[in-house]
Amino acid sequence: MRPGAATLAARTESKSNQVSSELRILLEDVHLSFGGRPVYSGFSCGFPRGKISVLMGGSGSGKSTLLRLVAGLVRPDQGRILVADEVVTELSESELYKVRERIGMLFQHGALLDSMTIFDNVALPLREHTELSERDIAAEVSRRLSAVGLPDTEQLMPRQLSGGMLRRAALARAIVSDPEIVLCDEPFSGLDPVNVRRIEKLLVELNRRLGITLLVTSHHIPSSLRMADQITFLVDGEAVSGSPAELQKSTDKRVREFLDAELDDHESPGVDA
Amino acid sequence: MKMTAIEMLGFRTVSLVAHLGRIAAFIGSIGLHSVRPPWRFRRLVGEVFDVGVLSLAIVCLSGATVGAVLGLQGYTTLARFGAENSLGAVVGISLVRELGPVLTALLVTGRAGSAMAAEIASMLTTEQLDGLRMMSIDPVDFVVKPKALAMLIAMPMLNALFICFALFGGYLVGVQLLGVDGGTYVTSMEDAITWEDDVAGTLLKSVVFGALVGFIATYRGYTATPTSAGVSAATTGTVVVGSVTVLLFDYVITALWGV
Repeated sequence: MRPGAATLAARTESKSNQVSSELRILLEDVHLSFGGRPVYSGFSCGFPRGKISVLMGGSGSGKSTLLRLVAGLVRPDQGRILVADEVVTELSESELYKVRERIGMLFQHGALLDSMTIFDNVALPLREHTELSERDIAAEVSRRLSAVGLPDTEQLMPRQLSGGMLRRAALARAIVSDPEIVLCDEPFSGLDPVNVRRIEKLLVELNRRLGITLLVTSHHIPSSLRMADQITFLVDGEAVSGSPAELQKSTDKRVREFLDAELDDHESPGVDA
Repeated sequence: MKMTAIEMLGFRTVSLVAHLGRIAAFIGSIGLHSVRPPWRFRRLVGEVFDVGVLSLAIVCLSGATVGAVLGLQGYTTLARFGAENSLGAVVGISLVRELGPVLTALLVTGRAGSAMAAEIASMLTTEQLDGLRMMSIDPVDFVVKPKALAMLIAMPMLNALFICFALFGGYLVGVQLLGVDGGTYVTSMEDAITWEDDVAGTLLKSVVFGALVGFIATYRGYTATPTSAGVSAATTGTVVVGSVTVLLFDYVITALWGV
């Protein structure tokens, strides 16, 4: 590991060390702009270790970009990002690959390889990074696909699945190697209520049973309130964080407006995300 | 803020150097991944199938047609000087030294190179390359390397097939249609073509063209703008830049090595 890739413990002062033991993901004074348009200007935020954090905010508020920053897929113009005790903003691409072995990510549209079957997609991380036999890989893939409610899809190609099924298969791929951190970009979008519950239950189980830190972006308020340990609202480039109970009682006008509008939508008959 | 002419010159120079740096890094990355494991033989075989086997029909048919036209034109020209018996030599040398590698490269650029660029660009657009990165798999190693190597491997083989079919097309027209003696056709060709100059030259050209087209197609796809228009631009750019580069390098190789 090069000097710049030193862990948080080696790089920060004692106070920061204390913070790092509690926070799995920390963004400090992050600046990012796309084509001159600022997305974040001095943004700071943290997500606790072993908890489920849900990111909320309007469209274009930078939720997906935040996940991509955490994953190292986008580099900030300025600022520091700490993930799993590594300063990812100071790592080279090859060093980032080592950190990403501990992170699983569910992309908004699945991002499954369309030239491979669902089985091969889910098996890929195991084939690449473990010494498991094909038999063990098959058993593991089958178990994960069953967990996301897709037991008989192994030999199908991604194009043969609906959007919701694709996302569930992608979730199976993201968790198949038991990562320490799972980043989920809109996991409930386009799912029917039964599958929303199924995925929600699966994510909670992953967190409670394996202690996996989950960072989830979502517009689905009922699920978010049920599963989250911490909810972070991205409003006007700032983070407003709290427990679900705290945020439900929040008097912040911007948070209130968002929550009330979304809850109204979800309570309307015949409407479901 | 408006830039002065000097600032603009500086900006463009820096951009050009940065672009050249990215190209060098991309080539270096393909080279590095090619000489170290994992070798990804299955993916390479699949890509060779896509580039090679799926291009067979167009290459063989084009080869036979070009050979037939060459036979017809060559016979008409040679007949003016009473040199019809040299038809085999003319057809053979033209095909082996020049037309075979160049036309094969142009055909493969249009068929397989464009498909390669489009596939990588759409993988970029649909976040499949980012998906690989998140699985700690380098997209250059997993996607780009097998495609670029497949182009390098398939091009000489397709070139050989093109030449064989073209020679056959020339034989059909010259011997069967126009009445040149079959033995004379083959013997004059055999005498005219040498292994050291002509066959080695065609091999050199096809390997260089394979490397160039493989690199251009994968680079265009990999650096495409992640939109539908970006995919389209990558595809078109591959065909245009690939074709022009093949013709330019054909001149350079011929001028430098006389093949």
